Parts: sequence; C-alpha cells; structure tokens
Amino acid sequence: MDVISTSLPILLQGLKVTLYIFVIAITLGFLLGLVVALLKLAPFKILNWIAKIYVDAIRGTPFIVQLFFIYFGINSFHIISLNNTTAGIVTVAINAGAYFTEIIRAGIQSIDKGQTEAARSLGLTGSQTMRYVILPQAFRRMLPTITNQSIISLKDTSLLSVIGIADLTQQGQIQASATFEVFKIWLIVGVIYFIIIYLLSILANFVERRFELR
Amino acid sequence: MSIITVKNLRKSFGKVEVLKDINAEIKEKEVVCIIGPSGSGKSTFLRCLNRLEDISGGHVVVDGHDITDKNININKVRQEVGMVFQSFNLFPHKTVLENITLGPVKIRNTSKEEAEKIALELLEKVGLSEKAGSYPGELSGGQKQRVAIARALAMNPKIMLFDEPTSALDPEMVGDVLEVMKQLAKEGMTMVVVTHEMGFAREVGDRVIFMDGGYIVEENEPNELFNNPQHNRTKAFLSKVL
Repeated sequence: MDVISTSLPILLQGLKVTLYIFVIAITLGFLLGLVVALLKLAPFKILNWIAKIYVDAIRGTPFIVQLFFIYFGINSFHIISLNNTTAGIVTVAINAGAYFTEIIRAGIQSIDKGQTEAARSLGLTGSQTMRYVILPQAFRRMLPTITNQSIISLKDTSLLSVIGIADLTQQGQIQASATFEVFKIWLIVGVIYFIIIYLLSILANFVERRFELR
Repeated sequence: MSIITVKNLRKSFGKVEVLKDINAEIKEKEVVCIIGPSGSGKSTFLRCLNRLEDISGGHVVVDGHDITDKNININKVRQEVGMVFQSFNLFPHKTVLENITLGPVKIRNTSKEEAEKIALELLEKVGLSEKAGSYPGELSGGQKQRVAIARALAMNPKIMLFDEPTSALDPEMVGDVLEVMKQLAKEGMTMVVVTHEMGFAREVGDRVIFMDGGYIVEENEPNELFNNPQHNRTKAFLSKVL
C-alpha cells in the first residue's frame, strides 16, 4: 500500500501531461481531418492528390516512426527546433488527422445526395449546404468511429514516453525502477488508462444519445 | 410573357443522351404538367430548369437569367425557383419549423422571428400547424411532402418545380398533397409538375407536355391532349395509363 501512496500522486502528474497532450492533439487532429476530408472531396484533382498522399503516408507507416521523423528528423536540420512536447502533440495530431480524414470523408459521403439537392435548390451555396445540412448529419453518424479513433490516439500518447515526455507511461517507468514494485506500478498505470478511456466512452455515449436522430 | 424559355436543350449522361433538342416556353402563372413513360427524360428536363443537372447544350432562360451561362450566380436564380422532390428530402436533423426557416434565415437574412411567423402561416396553409415542433422522422409520407412544399414556398419563389411529388406516397396520402398543389395553382403560382397523376394534369394543368425518348412528342391543353392525341406514341402511352 505504501507504493500507492508515494507513487500515485506522481503517476497522476503524468496523467495530467497525457490528458493535456491528448486534448490539444485530438482537437487539432480533428480539425486537420475535417480540412483534409474537404480537400479530398473538392472538385480539384491536385487537392485530392495532396489529401491522398497525406492519408496514405500516415496510414502506411508506424506511429513511432512518424514520431522519430518529426522529433529527430526535422530537428536535425536545425531550422526549427521542436521541443519534445510540441513534437509529441504534432505527431499525435497528424496521425489522428489522417484517420479522421477517412472517417469524415466516409461520413459526408454517406449522406443521401437528395439532401444536397434540396439544400442547393433552396439557393444555399455549397459551403452553406455543407455547414447546415451535411456536416450536422454526417457528424452524428461519425460519432462512434470518432470515439474509437480518439481512444486509439489516447493510447498512442503512451509511446511519447520514448522521447522523454513525462506522461503517465513515462512516470510509470520511473516509479517502477525507483520502487522495484514493477507489478503494482504497471497494474495501477493500466487501471488509470482504463478508467480514463471508460469515462471517455461514457461521455461519447451521452453525446451520441443527445444527438440521436428522431 | 414567358418566365422560362428552353432552347435546343440537350443533356447527356456520359454517352447516353437523355434530352435531345428540347424547346419549351412556360408562361407566368401557367401550370404545366409533364407526363411520359419512365426514362423519357421528364425528370431530367425538370432538373435542368434549376441546373440541378449540368446542361450539355442549348439555353435555359429562367426569369431573365440564362442559367447555362457559367458566370451566372445560380444560387440567386434558385432562390426564385422552389423544388419539391419525389423523396421529400427534408432535413432529418431539423424540426419541421427549422426545415422551413433555414432558407429564409440563411439566404434571405430574414430574422428568426419573422421567418417563424411565415413558416407557421405556411404550415397552416398545408394543414400541419400542429407539427411545427416535430422531426421529419415522426411524419407520414404525405405530411413530409406537404412540409417540403411549405419549405420551398418559404423562399417566396416565382416558380415551383415538382418532381413526381406523389409517386412515393401511399394512395390515401396522395389526395392531401394534390389538394395543396391545386390551391397553389389557384393562387396563380407558376408550376411545372412532372407527374403520373393524369387526373391532376387534366384538372389543374393549363397545358400538358408529353415526353418520350428524350423529346417533347406533343403538347397541348389537357382536354385536347387526353381526348385527341395526335401522335401514335402519345396514343399508346395514354391507352395504358388512362
């Protein structure tokens, strides 16, 4: 029990870092995904290609390689210098953004084209149609998959410990080697992740019900 | 005075030409019904009138604007042309009232209060006052279509296009929708109606256009066209549907 009382506050410090990075990165990632999804659906071949290359590049490479590329690779040019937290946030955002792109694209395309026709026939512009008619409906359909990807991204943040970010996993590692209570520490770390993700899915369920189509 | 003029209109989907040299005039306050077999191009023709379909050739002039001109602001023209679809296409995430006020509020910059006032008047007109707060999913087909008509009317259009408005309805719902359309015709709305309701075309139409194979085969006032068709194709079609 001693381990818990000494290590738990430190682990919760780590959790704070994890959540801080997660919230910023997932927000950026979602906005990025939205923009790239619209590029992917835009009637311009070049934009479609840019979007496709981005998504394929991210989906086709492991998260940790992306992380090293951004943190070590980009910093090696000494043009800009990213600290590890920034690099971590950027990597999670770019990674999640690619998956969000596909989720949002599929969500938009799943909406019946009669909706677009009805909106355009009223005289709404293309972007008004997207904003007031298509996206609100698509968003409801996307919610379960958005939740899923958010959970995956939250778990991906644990890999940021390898570039020295003091997140929950990193603090777990430090506590495990300091106390030698390896089993207990990793159990606690696991339980903390589990609780956070559980809360996240309860929140998502609530939002889903709130926005359910009648 | 023609409010719609169609000259040498052609429309192809890939290699298939569905409209071949269509010429037509629609006058203000006229109710024109378009009839014809499936695949005759009548819906495509209607959808060219507000450029929901890209036009392959010819000219379509609506309320003085040549909508085949790429530089024209099509959104402005569409504000004057209401459209009602076979599948209603109500916005399922919005209440009946919000469906009707969306256009006026976002496009015409009408205040929310004013738009709601107009929407409630229109709902009364189509006999659905009590459904203002309902969602489309809670309505029957006939009710949905009447809301769709109210939604189009909320923009105060000069022309109303109807694309088989009763084809997706249960038979007992058809009457309510046709009643609303008759009322509209009586008030002097310019209407172009693609329909299989020959009774409606005969009773309400000022003129009936018969289309087949991408052409306008024959057009005339309803009694003349139904009782005394000139072309064999028209005769054959009418003998099957009347």
